[in-house]
Amino acid sequence: MVLGTYKEVVAARSTDKQIQKLAQDGGIVSGLFCYALDEKLIDGAVVAGPSDVMWKPEPMVAMSSDEILAAAGTKYTFSPNVWMLKKAVRQYGLEKLGTVAIPCQSMGIRKMQSYPFGVRHLADKIALMLGIFCMENFPYESLRTFISEKAGVDFDLVEKMDIGKGKFWIQTADQMLTIPLKETHGYEQNGCKVCLDYVCELADVSTGSVGTPDGWSTVFVRTDAGETIFKQAVEAGVIETKSMDDVKPGLGLLEKLATDKKTKAMKVIDERKAMGLPVPYKGSGEKEDPLANV
Amino acid sequence: MSILARIKSFLGMEAKPDKDASKEEVEKVAEEKAKPRIGYIHLSGCTGDGMSLTENYDILAPLLTDMIDIVYGQTLVDLWEMPEMDIALVEGSCCLQDEHSLHELKEVREKAGLVVAFGSCAATGCFTRYSRGGQQAQPNHESFVPIADLVKVDLAIPGCPPSPEIIAKTVVAAINGDMDYLAPMMDLAGYTEACGCDLQTKVVNQALCIGCGTCAMACQTRALSMTNGRPELNENRCIKCGICYTQCPRSWWPADRIKQDLGL
Repeated sequence: MVLGTYKEVVAARSTDKQIQKLAQDGGIVSGLFCYALDEKLIDGAVVAGPSDVMWKPEPMVAMSSDEILAAAGTKYTFSPNVWMLKKAVRQYGLEKLGTVAIPCQSMGIRKMQSYPFGVRHLADKIALMLGIFCMENFPYESLRTFISEKAGVDFDLVEKMDIGKGKFWIQTADQMLTIPLKETHGYEQNGCKVCLDYVCELADVSTGSVGTPDGWSTVFVRTDAGETIFKQAVEAGVIETKSMDDVKPGLGLLEKLATDKKTKAMKVIDERKAMGLPVPYKGSGEKEDPLANV
Repeated sequence: MSILARIKSFLGMEAKPDKDASKEEVEKVAEEKAKPRIGYIHLSGCTGDGMSLTENYDILAPLLTDMIDIVYGQTLVDLWEMPEMDIALVEGSCCLQDEHSLHELKEVREKAGLVVAFGSCAATGCFTRYSRGGQQAQPNHESFVPIADLVKVDLAIPGCPPSPEIIAKTVVAAINGDMDYLAPMMDLAGYTEACGCDLQTKVVNQALCIGCGTCAMACQTRALSMTNGRPELNENRCIKCGICYTQCPRSWWPADRIKQDLGL
C-alpha cells in the first residue's frame, strides 16, 4: 500500500512527437489532457502555466492543446492550481474540468469533494485529476538560490530542470549542470516534511518519472474515471504502454523512494505530536499501517 | 428505497450494508423508520443558508417529501409554536440584547435532539462579528455571538452559505446515523473564533502550509490570494466565516472517507 490503491501500473509515453519534445518525461499529463479536450471529455484543464517571471508558474485554465503544451515540463516551485478551480467553473463556465495536481493539491481537492462546505456546485465538476509524483517542493527563492549560487548559472538561461539519480539537473542551451541532491536539503518547503504521499494516491491517474527510462513515465491507473479515459487514450493510440516488468529500474525503486519519504515524514509527525504541535495526520502508534496517508 | 438510492448515488454516499439486505427487508425498515423531524430556526441570519438548502434542485422534492418532515421554520411552515424536533438547523448568530432570540435559542436546545449551527453566522459569528450597535431602530443591538457561545451545539456546517451539497450530505448522514461522516462537523462545533488569519497562525506558522491554494479557492469573498505560494489575506474583505481553514487540507484530514468516496 506504499504506492496507494491502483488498478494497473504501466510504463507509458505519449506517441505525439511534439509532446515528447516538450514534456518532462513521457508526456502523460499533456497527452491525456489534449486527448480529453479533443474528445470533449473535459472542457478545460487547470495547469501550471508560464508567468512573466522565468520558472515561476502561474495556474491557468487551458482550453486548447496549445495552451496545454505551453504548460508542459516541471517547475520545481509552487503553482497553487487549486485556487484556479473555482474561477474555471464560475468565470470560464466549465462543466467538466481537468486538473493536474501534486499530492498535497490532490488532498485539498479530494477533501473539498467529500466535504464541500463553502464550495457550491464545484465538487462534481472535477472530471479528471491527473496526479504527479512529488518528493518535495521548493519556494521560488530557494530554487533561484541554489541554481544561481550553487550551480553558478543564470536563472534565465535554464531550459529544463530535473531531479533524478540523486542529482538536481539543470540544462541550458549548451551545457548540463548538476547539484548533488544533498545540497538542496534545507531548501525544501517546510510543509512537505509531514507529507505521506509520494505517488499522488488520490488522483484518477498518477504519473512520474521514477521507475521508467528517460522519455517514459510510470503511470498508476487508480479510479474508475481514470481507467476509462486512460484505456480510451491507449486504444486511440495517443499513449503507448509497456509492462513495468519489462523496464528498468521498475517498481522496486519507486517502492523504496515512497517508503523513504513516508518513513521520514512519519518520524517528523511523531516528533511534532510529542512537542504538542498540530498535524492533521495520525501518529505511527495510532494506525494499523504507519505509512498510510491518514 | 429507489429514491434513497438515487439520493445516495447523487451524493456519492452508497451505503454498503444496504447491498447485503434483501430489497423487502430494506423497504420494511424504510417504512418502519419514522422520518426525521427537521426544524429550521432563523436567528440573526440572512436566509441564505435556507436558500442554499433549496438549491439541491434534483433531489429536493424527494428529500423533503420522502426522507424528512420539515416540521418548523418561519419561511417554510405555518406554525407558531416550536414543536419537538430530531434535527434543528439554526441559521444566524444570536443577538445578546434581543431577548426573543435568546429565548428561542434556548427553546431549540430543549426541543431538538441535534442542534446544528447552520451556516457561518451560527457557527462562527461570520460577519455579524463586526456588529457594534449604534443603528436605528435598536441602537443597543450591539453584540452578536455564534450560537455555541450560548447553548451546546452538536454539529457545525460552516459556509456563507454552506454549499447545497454539504447540507444534503449532512442531512442524509444524520438520517443514516453515519457518525463517521459527521465527526468532523462535530469537531467544527468548537471552532467559533474563525478568521482568515487562522491560515497564518494555524497553518503557515505551524510549518504546515504547502501552498496548494485550496483556502484561496474556498474563500467566498475573495479575501485570499496566493503570493509566493502562501495565502495572503485582505483583512478588509474577510468576513470570518472560517471556510478557508475548514477546507485547508492541513487543518483536518478525512482520509478514510475520501478513499471510500473514490472507491480506493
